Amino acid sequence: MQKVSIGLGASRRTTLITANKMKKKRVTIRDHHAEAALFGRRVFVSLVVVVIALGILLSNMYRLQVVNHHSFQTRSNDNRIKVVPLAPNRGLIYDRHGRILAENRPVLSLEVTPEKVTDLADTLTRLQQVLEFDDEVIQSFHDNRRRERRFSQVTLLDHLTEEQAARFAVRQHDFPGVSIEARLVRHYPYGDALTHALGYVAKINPNDLNKLREENKQANYAATRVIGKLGIERYYEELLHGTIGFEQVEVDIHGRAIRTLSVQPPIPGQDLHLEIDIELQQFAYDLLGNDRGSIILMDPRDGAIRAIVSKPSYDPNWFAQGITHAQYQSLLNSPHSPLLNRSTQGGYPPASTVKPQVALVGLDEGVITPTTRIWDPGWFQIEGVNHRYRDWLAWGHGWVDVTSSLVESCDTFYYDLALKLGIDTLHDHMVRYGFGERTGIDINEEAAAVMPSRGWKRARFNQPWYAGETVSVGIGQSYWTTTPIQLAVGTAVLTNRGHRPVPRLLHALQEGDIILPAVVESREPVVLNNAEHWDVILDALNRTVSTVKGTAHRAFRGASYTSGGKTGTAQVRSIGQEEKYNAEEIDERYRDNAMYVGYAPATDPEVVVVVAVENTIGGGGSVAAPMARKLLDFYFAQEQAHAQVEQ
Amino acid sequence: MPKSNSNSAPHSWWQRFHIDGPLLFGLVLLALVSIATVYSASGQDLAMTERQAFRIGLAFVGMLVIAQIPPKAIERFSLPLFSIGVVLLLGVLLFGESNKGAQRWLNLGVITIQPSELMKLAVPMTIAWFIAEHGIPPSKRRMGMAFVLLMVPTLMIAKQPDLGTAILIASSGIFVLFLAGISWRLILFFMGAIGAFIPVLWFFLMHDYQRRRVLTFLDPERDPLGAGYQIIQSKIAIGSGGIEGKGWLQGTQSQLEFLPERHTDFIFSVFSEEFGLVGVIGLFILYGFIIVRGLIIAIRAQQVYQKLLAGSLILTFFVYVLVNIGMVSGLLPVVGVPLPLVSYGGTSMVTLLAGFGLLMAIATNQRFVMHH
Repeated sequence: MQKVSIGLGASRRTTLITANKMKKKRVTIRDHHAEAALFGRRVFVSLVVVVIALGILLSNMYRLQVVNHHSFQTRSNDNRIKVVPLAPNRGLIYDRHGRILAENRPVLSLEVTPEKVTDLADTLTRLQQVLEFDDEVIQSFHDNRRRERRFSQVTLLDHLTEEQAARFAVRQHDFPGVSIEARLVRHYPYGDALTHALGYVAKINPNDLNKLREENKQANYAATRVIGKLGIERYYEELLHGTIGFEQVEVDIHGRAIRTLSVQPPIPGQDLHLEIDIELQQFAYDLLGNDRGSIILMDPRDGAIRAIVSKPSYDPNWFAQGITHAQYQSLLNSPHSPLLNRSTQGGYPPASTVKPQVALVGLDEGVITPTTRIWDPGWFQIEGVNHRYRDWLAWGHGWVDVTSSLVESCDTFYYDLALKLGIDTLHDHMVRYGFGERTGIDINEEAAAVMPSRGWKRARFNQPWYAGETVSVGIGQSYWTTTPIQLAVGTAVLTNRGHRPVPRLLHALQEGDIILPAVVESREPVVLNNAEHWDVILDALNRTVSTVKGTAHRAFRGASYTSGGKTGTAQVRSIGQEEKYNAEEIDERYRDNAMYVGYAPATDPEVVVVVAVENTIGGGGSVAAPMARKLLDFYFAQEQAHAQVEQ
Repeated sequence: MPKSNSNSAPHSWWQRFHIDGPLLFGLVLLALVSIATVYSASGQDLAMTERQAFRIGLAFVGMLVIAQIPPKAIERFSLPLFSIGVVLLLGVLLFGESNKGAQRWLNLGVITIQPSELMKLAVPMTIAWFIAEHGIPPSKRRMGMAFVLLMVPTLMIAKQPDLGTAILIASSGIFVLFLAGISWRLILFFMGAIGAFIPVLWFFLMHDYQRRRVLTFLDPERDPLGAGYQIIQSKIAIGSGGIEGKGWLQGTQSQLEFLPERHTDFIFSVFSEEFGLVGVIGLFILYGFIIVRGLIIAIRAQQVYQKLLAGSLILTFFVYVLVNIGMVSGLLPVVGVPLPLVSYGGTSMVTLLAGFGLLMAIATNQRFVMHH
């Protein structure tokens, strides 16, 4: 038999026709009886194995259910002890002066365990009569029920009033499987002023569960309902959450607890103290008014953030208390994208605010010296190209050196300088100031923005780099975008003469009475070939504020402190060669962004300030700088008040 | 040949609709056991029980539809189905959606599918087709090729990782080879090779959670609150059932929620607690009846392909029973295989009954040749 098929296999390869003939022939040759007999023998062996295996299973069942029945019976009866997980209290969050920013408030809720309710529909209608709630409540209960794990409690009413609780309490016996639970709900007393930095907690969803499972943390969350979703609440989730506890309770045959046998209390999460000053934060928040944008106040020496605002904002309590679909849709669909953290995710063209760094690169590379002068006729042209890059001052600044180029914010100087440096040199220097990289601030919602280079453009658009684009990059336009937090770091590098801090919201952790200060981090410092160049630039920035020609002079006139800074006005849309920009005529979305970066005092600065306002009428000098002025006024007044209190 | 005979032989109602009576009888009884036990194990959740009953009904319809396909057509479908399956598995490995830490699902926009389920049928079909083409016993070369054909999907599924399904699929192919009559010497050699492979599996191929399962299986008491909890609770449930059981809906272990996954993989524990050894023997007789009926269909089949496929499908069904009962009663490590046709869940139900559909197609297409 085997030989026959092998022989056939060989002949099959010769020609197709013979193979077909042979195939037909083979069917007749094939010994059906031998095949059937072989198969029959194997089926018999299988049957024997099946019988033996079932026999083993059955004898094991006999061992469990008859021989050891008694001991298992006892163990089953002992099995009246249930382990109930206890959720730890979430750590609290304070500002730098100990004012509470996130707290836990006790709330009564009405919980239903559908598994233990005999007639759910009837129970719900009767509850509705007693407690008087809308039909929507029942609808959302059914929605929640579908999302919950089976056999678990589902919330019917989130916030019971005292009256509702009392009315239910007297009729509790009519509602098996329904109970009042007291639990703590996260509350943010300052609402929308701090949302993007502080973040919020919300109900654990299937994605969170999967992630917890992957990180092997699901056991610790067995009793927890909410998890940090954004900002500080998310970044420090592990510290804030704490450790689960257990309670052993004896239950009756219906699973009801009779008495508590032992308790292993949960360990509450750690309290966080932030660098934020909530008064300053609220002041900055109000300062932006109805404008969209960001304000940051940071200590350049250690990266401690005093205030960080992103507007528009929203109320984080919506999420903590359970956001409705309509509320969430309103946030998602708003054209002003309130969910975006503009301070860390908003990619703004930095415009003139980065001229100080560009100037430093020029000095460091030796392309210019502190005394190099150029003639600015009001425009710049690449040799042999017709296009004119216009200065914001149509008639030109005349003779300009590096200091006056910063004080008056001359564009032509930087068109020329950028072209001489080339995009890749500019890029390689700028990443050292933190542009195009995440700053490492302690919230997860951060973008790297874009510091363009030849390689970047090739990778992003698969296009070559054009010299004309380098010219625009020189004044912080073209593809160059920065987040406000990057600008804060870039400015801190200047005031620190190279030291580059990592921005940080966390001031300290508190566990019981022990206070652990947060780790202060910094990145590789910028080292210049000639350290005196720092002074050239800082001097120019001080003059921007202190001299009459300076673009920030008007905003800071009469201030009680010294400061330095740089204004910027970023074009959101490019303007044609002969077109004239008129803010009031064009669509609001295409109006300029007003930017300001600054620091104070002028010597040994203790704060840097960044203001970015979107789509304004007016530029950095007239919109952003006055806001920075008001914020710094408030800051120094506050410092003075604190100093007096201490005396 | 079949046509001339089909006219002469009087067709019964069953025959006409390609239904194997005894098999259907056994399966319907199992379905009733399933509904009763799911009702109890779900904590008397009517919605879940209804869902289970609905799925069973749907799966039975699927089975009867598949039973109408002529076995010749099934044979022709084998390789295309297998190829589609392999492509989909590749898709899962590349773009699959993970669920409970394992990637098994492929989202095709409209529906999510689990290609490994498809392979439970496609693998025995294809190996049987590949072997049957040249008669049995197969040559060494053909057998080697069949083995490679089998390992491709098996390894892909083990990688997802889904050890339970990988074992079921590997067995379905190995059964085809065994039934095709590979020599005992080779069988011994393979057993030795598998023995040698175990350390490799342990140290290099198994995931941490799989290793933990094996360690827990060897000594459940070493982790009584963690991974061992399930198996200890399961044994307590079974053991406390005794000879007569605690009665339907009266199992304290299961009703008091001490037993995790009691309506899915551990449903046998609920059944044993409530119906005792008497019920267990009854269930064994029911499974034994279905398996014997399947083997009879395999022996009666006239074409080698049909014999191999029928034999492999019914023996794989037996492996389900063996592995599931073995694992919940503490004889085998927990690998996540449901109790066939009883556990709550739609996916395995559909695949298993589709397999029985194939068996019925084979059973009802051999009558005319029998007179010969």
